[in-house]
Amino acid sequence: MLKEDEHLKKLAENFSTNLKKSGASESSVLISNSISESVNIRNKKLDGSTRSDSLNVVLTAYVGKKKSSISSSNLDESHINELIKKCIETAKITPEDELNSLPDSELYFKGIKNLDLYDETFIENSKKIDFIKEAEEQAFKKKEIVNTNGSGFSQNKSNFILANSNGFIDGYKSSNFSAYCEVVAKSNGSMERDYEYSSKRFFKDLLEPKEIGQKASELAISKLNPKKIKSKKMKVVFDKRIAKNFLSSFASAITSSTIAKGTTFLKNKLNTQIFNNKINIIDKPDILKGSGSRYFDIEGTSTNKLNLVENGVLKNYLIDTYNGKKINMKSNGRASGTSNLYFENGSEDYKNLINSDKEIVYINETFGRGANIITGDYSVGASGFMVENGEFIYPISEITIAGNLNDIFNKMVLGNDLEFNYSTNSPSMLIDELTIGGK
Amino acid sequence: MSKFLKNKNLNYEKAQSLVNNTLADCDDGELYLEDTKSESILLDDNKIKSSSFKRDTGYGLRGVTEDKVAYSHSNDISEKSLEMSCDNIKSTLKNSDGKYNHSISKTNQKFYDELDPIESKSLETKIELLKEINQYARSKDECVKQVTANFLGEHKNIEILRPGGELFTDSRPLVRINVSILVEKNGRKETAMYGVGGRQSYDNYLKNDDWKKICDEAFRMAYTNLESKPSPAGEMKVVLGPGWPAILIHEAVGHGLEGDFNRKKTSVFHDLVGKKVASDGVTIIDDGTIDKRRGSLNIDDEGTPTEKTVLIENGILKNFMQDRMNARLMKTKSTGNGRRESYKHVIMPRMRNTIMLNGNNTQEEMIKSVDKGIFAVSFGGGQVDITSGKFVFNCTEAYEIVNGKIGSPLKGATLIGDGPSSLKQVLMVGNDMKLDPGIGTCGKAGQGVPVGVGQPSMLIDNMTVGGTQL
Repeated sequence: MLKEDEHLKKLAENFSTNLKKSGASESSVLISNSISESVNIRNKKLDGSTRSDSLNVVLTAYVGKKKSSISSSNLDESHINELIKKCIETAKITPEDELNSLPDSELYFKGIKNLDLYDETFIENSKKIDFIKEAEEQAFKKKEIVNTNGSGFSQNKSNFILANSNGFIDGYKSSNFSAYCEVVAKSNGSMERDYEYSSKRFFKDLLEPKEIGQKASELAISKLNPKKIKSKKMKVVFDKRIAKNFLSSFASAITSSTIAKGTTFLKNKLNTQIFNNKINIIDKPDILKGSGSRYFDIEGTSTNKLNLVENGVLKNYLIDTYNGKKINMKSNGRASGTSNLYFENGSEDYKNLINSDKEIVYINETFGRGANIITGDYSVGASGFMVENGEFIYPISEITIAGNLNDIFNKMVLGNDLEFNYSTNSPSMLIDELTIGGK
Repeated sequence: MSKFLKNKNLNYEKAQSLVNNTLADCDDGELYLEDTKSESILLDDNKIKSSSFKRDTGYGLRGVTEDKVAYSHSNDISEKSLEMSCDNIKSTLKNSDGKYNHSISKTNQKFYDELDPIESKSLETKIELLKEINQYARSKDECVKQVTANFLGEHKNIEILRPGGELFTDSRPLVRINVSILVEKNGRKETAMYGVGGRQSYDNYLKNDDWKKICDEAFRMAYTNLESKPSPAGEMKVVLGPGWPAILIHEAVGHGLEGDFNRKKTSVFHDLVGKKVASDGVTIIDDGTIDKRRGSLNIDDEGTPTEKTVLIENGILKNFMQDRMNARLMKTKSTGNGRRESYKHVIMPRMRNTIMLNGNNTQEEMIKSVDKGIFAVSFGGGQVDITSGKFVFNCTEAYEIVNGKIGSPLKGATLIGDGPSSLKQVLMVGNDMKLDPGIGTCGKAGQGVPVGVGQPSMLIDNMTVGGTQL
């Protein structure tokens, strides 16, 4: 059973009291508890099950402007007391940093918690197996599907309490249900895999198992017998599941720690044009049942909606307390990163995007590191399809795509097919000319 | 006798009887107990940014029947919690009849000392040294704008309690020291990271001012990249330097030779044992027995003694890497490759130190033989799609080769290749085998484990380079 708030609060208060007694001038305590259960199947048969039960505490002690933190999965009081002593001793040895502090009191979350982030539903293992089996059965209806890499269903429930010596004490439960199906298609000596998955706060919002299996099988089959194309510069359309990766690169490039250190190609770009003027990026933490929704960040600071990019202009960084002080800005509750991050819809139909040139490359899988956020250089391995006059002609693989994010941001054209499936979401995306490395 | 179960709400006899009772009818399984201490001390932007310590204890109970695995883990080492796990295992593995359950041979082999690297060097001296590293690195040139340095130390103690009372233990030290440097000149910025590590105390890597070499190397790479020009795009010959570039071997063939993918027939290599998968002269081993290396283990996480496993011998595929379950299902023996990140993770076949052995060529010959190509010296990381065999890795230090000579440094580019065919395109194997400096972490199904790689210089006929220049 997930530990209740009152139990966690009591533990947190005890640890806080002990930290104070042992010489901490300020402190914070984070206790998190999670229970997850998952099943995996393969070729429609049970492959395994995992149950995980974890309780963990992170203690941070400040001695003046000196700071240290300690974490432990053993919450026995005598053990914790020993660790608290060690934590304070370590803090005393650690050099002072005048920027070390808890967040300003006025920034703490004080609102109402009404985002529906927790679903009580408990799915028995046998039900989980039935659900995901149905997905694989659907996939196997296609004769090209010969094998699976495994499919699974997992249910995660967690609760946490954050307490600090400024009097903040709060936490909340959240849940996540996810299902994935990864299948292998084979034909004429070619073997390809692909997947589909769904992940939601509430069980009943998951995609239907049949849909998951259907999509996975279609994707895997469509990749069979790929060709390698010649190296050249071409228009590239990114599938939604890949287009969202550009948001992740963008987010790391505007995180206050990288801004403060100057390790980003977007340093000193606040209030300047970094995308073309049709692009808007929003981070919205208060979407009902949203995968990335939250009330406050890991420091207790309230997380509110941010327009990160308006008409192509960078309007905000993602700021935590420490790095905020370094760049003379207040935390905006992003110590835990972004919440629900998305590109607003563009004006183009998907059809127009893939028909924007006689020949375009459509990419629905990339691998490798991707973007270097210091220089903005972008280079990945990729696979997808050759599209001619808006028609998908044949699958392509073993190619590379390269460019620079400055240029990519400038040339980006967005579709109008945004959906909120994950915590980071993008509509389909066209980039006018990238270098394809092939034969 | 278990050291773990002292002072816990679970005594040894009770644990043993629960394990016996739950796993008696299974083909395999064990109770895995772990106590890991770890520390991280980070200097960043001229300051000690964090000094943190972590203590993680817990257990994982695993039952295996035929090809099914039931796993339950918790940080709460108590009778009540273990009983709940036992129930959970039994509910998944109904109708077990326990045909296999071969015992594991004991070993006295030791490839590292029993030492706690965290306690063996005081926090004060670690902090002082980080400050010295920072000063030294910044004094190298005025273009050095940022220095990040950190010490990562870990001491992992494990116990494996099997049904019938077999008990296996291991005590594993692991350290890593990283320095990353950002340089800026004429408006251009570049960074580079270099690190060292392995299963011994920090001091083994720091003595005789060896730490300066870490800074020198990071600076050299970053500075070189300030002059780099855009990479070409398209297929060309590639010369790989010795040592760390062997992550190509790890990605291109290593993962595809792990037992699970082959038992499930999802690896392109599953029906190629005994067949030619690489050029003559290519021999690749996976070795868990090299002294104090990052990927070495006395026993794997199932208790099996590690060994030196020949994967490919003179171009012919010989063996897969196995844990007990996949070995049993493929009617062979575990090679001691059963590993897990922690008690929170299930066992899978994983690599240890994956190495290509020496051939007869020199690096000079290789470069001389190339009209147009690239010379790749260091990589940032890689990835593979087991099923299609396609793999990528990212160059962090590379040069163009023009008419048999090394030319300008090139901007970081992705290289992409095809696992089964790339090793058939090896034209020359060097005589300068080197192991990596001890920094590798391999990710698979969400689990990270420390690994090593090694290789001599190598010339590959044809790979696709992901640059911007046509």
